[in-house]
Amino acid sequence: MATLETTPVISDPMLPQPYVLQRVDKETPDTFSLTVNPQDRVDDVAFMPGQFSMLWVFGVGELPISISGDPAQKGRLVYTVRSVGKATNALVSRKVGDGIGVRGPFGAGWPLEVARGRDVIVVAGGIGLSPLRPVIYEILQNREQYGRLVLLYGTRSPRDVLYRKELAVWGRQPETQVLISVDYGGLSWHGHVGVVTTLFKYARLQPSRSVAMICGPEIMMRFVTRELEMQGLKREDIYVSMERNMKCGVGLCGHCQYGPYFICKDGPVFPYERIRPLLDKYEL
Amino acid sequence: METLERIIAEHPFFGGLESYYTGLLTGCASNVRFNAGVYIFKEGEPANNFYLIRSGKVALEILPPHNRPINVETLTEGEILGWSWLLPPYIWSFHAHALQDTRAIVLDGKCLRSKCEQNHDLGYQVLKRFGQIMARRLQATRLQLLDMYAAK
Repeated sequence: MATLETTPVISDPMLPQPYVLQRVDKETPDTFSLTVNPQDRVDDVAFMPGQFSMLWVFGVGELPISISGDPAQKGRLVYTVRSVGKATNALVSRKVGDGIGVRGPFGAGWPLEVARGRDVIVVAGGIGLSPLRPVIYEILQNREQYGRLVLLYGTRSPRDVLYRKELAVWGRQPETQVLISVDYGGLSWHGHVGVVTTLFKYARLQPSRSVAMICGPEIMMRFVTRELEMQGLKREDIYVSMERNMKCGVGLCGHCQYGPYFICKDGPVFPYERIRPLLDKYEL
Repeated sequence: METLERIIAEHPFFGGLESYYTGLLTGCASNVRFNAGVYIFKEGEPANNFYLIRSGKVALEILPPHNRPINVETLTEGEILGWSWLLPPYIWSFHAHALQDTRAIVLDGKCLRSKCEQNHDLGYQVLKRFGQIMARRLQATRLQLLDMYAAK
């Protein structure tokens, strides 16, 4: 079974490092990308696509957020945050120049070593595109190392489409197919409407030489994995990113236990084959 | 030149159908073209035909109360538009709105219903294919109803 890639954590993983908010980009009405730079050290901000950090807002709390930036751009980290509660509201309300505490990066990332030389099928749902964006950057910057890139992205409505300009740019790259679907559209939306699995009929896939990476709501991932298997992908070539209430980030506190695994340490990216028996269970 | 029978036989929806049956279907079929922006049918109108889309894009729209229409599904090349012709009361449940110039084969539902009543083997072949589409679209609709990407 493939070993997923990780970076070493800093010496005290429980100690937030001081970062400064450099930039805020509004992606959708409720979702923002935050770019942060370390206040002091700049040598340890490397991450693997798929990893996450714990972001700490003083007086409010700490949140696990996937890293959504370009892994080749050293010295900064980007997080895409959807404002859905007190802590995320506080996070996206920070102003440029404000301080934020960062722990991590943590966890197992996407299997880029396994993907080299093969086609990569990326299936994202909603904000699940953010932990997959670093994979797309990596592939497009190292085009000769990978086969075709097929991105299937489903989201709620046209106003919820993330990284709109980048999606258009990615779709024009060689050996790259970008397909977008929304669950419902207004009259001005002339793109595809339907759940993300309905995009498969338009995807030009070569299942026997492909690796699939999926991130989105669990129910979406269940249907997508079934569809991928129907298309002919082997289970061992499918990887999923799981989400739970992560707290410590290093597998000590048990908040994110998922069957025999800790999402923060053993995941968030898992080989589908490993967690398949758990995906259909309730209350895990 | 492509004949209607050949187009029907090669359409994915009727894949594997014996030529005898495609011949029966062809007797109810004709070519049709819709310009972008045209409504192919509207909710509440009698449903007396269905379409094999050859090219273009069609949106299925529903009109929520006191609101603008919502596009709930798009259909493109190789897909089937409409099954209300098959089951009583033969009334369309959605608007079908051509988003692009669209070419299709239209099959006369009354003609086909009559042939299916006379030839139950044909009826089974037609129902089997529509049943698969209905099941797949029902499943997709359930997922849409979950609103799974909503903020939780």
